[in-house]
Amino acid sequence: MPTPLSENTDALNADKLKAAERRETLTILALTLPAIIAVFLVIVVPVGWLFSLSFLDSSGQLSLDNYQKMIEYKSYIRVFKTTFNVSFLTTFLCILIGYPLAYFLSQIPKKYVGLFMLTVLLPFWTSLLVRTYAWLVMLQRNGLINNFAIELGIWDTPVKLAHNLNGTLIGMVHIMLPFLVLPLYAAMRRIDRHALQAAANLGATPVQAFWQVFVPLSLPGVVAGSLIVFVLCLGFYVTPAVLGGGKVILVSMQITAILEDQFNWGAASALGVVLLVATFAVLLLASRFLKLDSVMFGRR
Amino acid sequence: MASDRSASLSISITELTKSYGDVFALNTVSIDVKAGEFLTLLGPSGSGKTTLLMAIAGFNRPDSGRICFGDHDVTVLPPHKREVGMVFQNYALFPHMSVFENVAFPLKLRKIGTEEKHQRVMEALKTVQLSDYAERGIDQLSGGQRQRVALARAFVFGPKILLMDEPLSALDKKLREEMQIELKQLHRQLGVTTVYVTHDQREALTMSDRIAVINEGELAQIGTPREIYNAPASHFVAGFIGESSSVPVTRDTAGNLLYDNIKIGKAPAGSKDKKWSLVIRPERLSLTEPKARKTAGRIYFQGKISELVYQGETAIIMIRLNDGQELTARVNTRAGDDVDTLSVGQSLRVAIDKKDMIIIPGEAR
Amino acid sequence: MMWFRSAASETQITHGQRIWLYCLAFIIMCLLVIPTVIVIPMSFSDSQYLEFPPQEWSLRWYQEYLDTPRWMNATVTSFKVAALTMLVATPFGTMAAYGLFVSGSRLGKAVFFLLMTPMIVPVILIAIGTFYVFGKVGLVNSTLGLVLAHTVLSVPIVMIIITSALRTYDLNQERVAQSLGSTRIRAFFEITLPQLKFSIMTAALLAFLTSFDEVIISIFLSGGGNSTLTKQMFSALRDYIDPTIAAISTLMIVLSTGLMLGLQFIGDKDTRND
Repeated sequence: MPTPLSENTDALNADKLKAAERRETLTILALTLPAIIAVFLVIVVPVGWLFSLSFLDSSGQLSLDNYQKMIEYKSYIRVFKTTFNVSFLTTFLCILIGYPLAYFLSQIPKKYVGLFMLTVLLPFWTSLLVRTYAWLVMLQRNGLINNFAIELGIWDTPVKLAHNLNGTLIGMVHIMLPFLVLPLYAAMRRIDRHALQAAANLGATPVQAFWQVFVPLSLPGVVAGSLIVFVLCLGFYVTPAVLGGGKVILVSMQITAILEDQFNWGAASALGVVLLVATFAVLLLASRFLKLDSVMFGRR
Repeated sequence: MASDRSASLSISITELTKSYGDVFALNTVSIDVKAGEFLTLLGPSGSGKTTLLMAIAGFNRPDSGRICFGDHDVTVLPPHKREVGMVFQNYALFPHMSVFENVAFPLKLRKIGTEEKHQRVMEALKTVQLSDYAERGIDQLSGGQRQRVALARAFVFGPKILLMDEPLSALDKKLREEMQIELKQLHRQLGVTTVYVTHDQREALTMSDRIAVINEGELAQIGTPREIYNAPASHFVAGFIGESSSVPVTRDTAGNLLYDNIKIGKAPAGSKDKKWSLVIRPERLSLTEPKARKTAGRIYFQGKISELVYQGETAIIMIRLNDGQELTARVNTRAGDDVDTLSVGQSLRVAIDKKDMIIIPGEAR
Repeated sequence: MMWFRSAASETQITHGQRIWLYCLAFIIMCLLVIPTVIVIPMSFSDSQYLEFPPQEWSLRWYQEYLDTPRWMNATVTSFKVAALTMLVATPFGTMAAYGLFVSGSRLGKAVFFLLMTPMIVPVILIAIGTFYVFGKVGLVNSTLGLVLAHTVLSVPIVMIIITSALRTYDLNQERVAQSLGSTRIRAFFEITLPQLKFSIMTAALLAFLTSFDEVIISIFLSGGGNSTLTKQMFSALRDYIDPTIAAISTLMIVLSTGLMLGLQFIGDKDTRND
């Protein structure tokens, strides 16, 4: 039995080979250097700075003042509550509406998918602002929906659909839907058809096969899509800012407001840090369920 | 291209080791490949044979050891400087280039002039019988044709060493057997040192000058096809190449090896193995008349037929010996021969010549 | 009507039994598309109030867009920034994806995670963080600062696309090229790159659109004469409803949809030629 390598320190050429190996690894990783420097300058340094700013009070001294205020001021707590509520509601509605659509797309023959998928991709490719603007125009007092409804006699006086929670939700669900449908569709396509055949063969009706075989197998896809949607909602700014009319205030809007009105970097950054921590917490929880890195990482 | 053995290099591999984590893919392997020979690295999946080939090519950096081409130490030389021709299992042809451009690629790298480049490419294509395919795209070729383009590309620039990683495993059986003969002829024509990796023992026996049997990262045995087949050094080699069955052999205090109280051999001096086996190739067993006298120089086995399988040109007879051991014999079926008179359950006596016996230390699994 | 009775899936459920699903899916698809394209016809409305359907058709809002320096400057800025982002992010991301894919070392995993952070960190934080830090070095309201930030946003997308392309690519070709005498770099440029053409185009296009459509960071980092189109649109949306936005929106829809569909078309032609 040959001796294990760690004991065999004078193995032939071991040091030369190790040096060559190291050289090659460094050269290859050097390719990633430009990207690393850029990310460093734009993410690591600024976020790090924000982190440190959050621990300085108004006189520039180290303190937990900002965080304390967050727990004390009711307005901050309300902002967190609103953000989580809106995120949960949006995610829930996306699942409700997105699941049937993804299911439909996964069931039709592959050659027709391209055409129907376009209806999901078209909004996805369209600028966020354009879509938000479209909803504003449709939902406002004398907007499209109200005008149509009154003409058709569905209701008499204009219903307030914009500048409130309803408008915000409608807009956000429309924006987030592709983010749920696309990964969910991919997961559904990967479900082994034979499992459904086996279920039918063993006596399951189509409905039973759906609920007891298909749905459980599609859950990882639902979780993946929901996570993306939820995390995006947490930090969302544009749509709630435009469609919320100042009444629906999410964390991101509060941060901007603090900076615009008071120029209070301490408070703003503290809020930002909490948002960041919440985002990471959600993702960490998710990585327990899903193997995210195996999706992306290649092997030699 | 005339055969020119002086144009090829020997390869010497010394104590090559590579581990992944705490698993040894290669464990201090040492092999010397003679200039101009066709050596096959044979072994099961995961045995380390491909790892070894990749190390020779330079795509795999071992943890320690030395690799020399002729007198030249190439251990830390990067792959593009090693001047070896390589054929991969999936051919790895360049899909965005034509057949001609693929084969011309190594010549283009070496800045060979257009005239000479054209001449050498066409010569190489002629050698692999694809002269008319020069302008075709890769996707228009069949598997066998792609194989040949990969070959032409590998030797067109005149390397002194050729490496092949299971190049025929993607082809169907008939084509594979044809290509095996063609590769052997090509090797004779080019005279280049060739290292060939396969898990197919028949392929190894067909094509090689010598075979190196690799198992679990170690060299189990190296020798000519005849040596490997007739004198395997271990149960692994005996079992991996060809069929065999074995019976246990006892060793007495004097070091004699005995079967059925007949001395069949002697343990080498200093050997500590207490258990030995007699390994028998099925085609070496012959049927004997049950009442005939025993000849000296032969070992006899008595038992009952447990299974009889007709396979066309040969038939397999499985025998359960009186002491419970199982033997397998393979006999030629010829019209009017004994085989037709045999039936399951019948008593049978078979014999093997002493010179055909394979005696190996250890017990069969 | 035979189709109604034919099987729609392995469980032998018929199309007829699934009609409700088809109707529901149809409704959802309409709900997805209509709000997206509704601005297009509305932009041709002559009235200040953007009627649908337009009672009188005109191009006045497009004319308004072309006549207003504020919008025109912003458009130029947006195109400039997006083009620069595309030119920087694509090579940065491609090199990084290739380096990580080929290396397989443990350090690589950490690097990969680092390069994915722009997708994980909420954009508002990147916006205010860079606003603060860039402000200290005078990069706010500058093209350089904005391009840098947008590049970092685009790099993860480029990396994901290129990595997925590399997974279906036979890396053995590079090894063969090396065995035939080519250096690593040459093998990459002569063998791998031509085969990654389509993925690189896709990545470049997505980098362009990511920058062009980006709102939040542009709000903080661009300003004055250097404002992007998105920043101007956002301000206009918040303060009043300028009908010109409908015209600009239509143009933006045409731009992004046109580019993406064009890309698909090239991709199909590419695979058909193989």
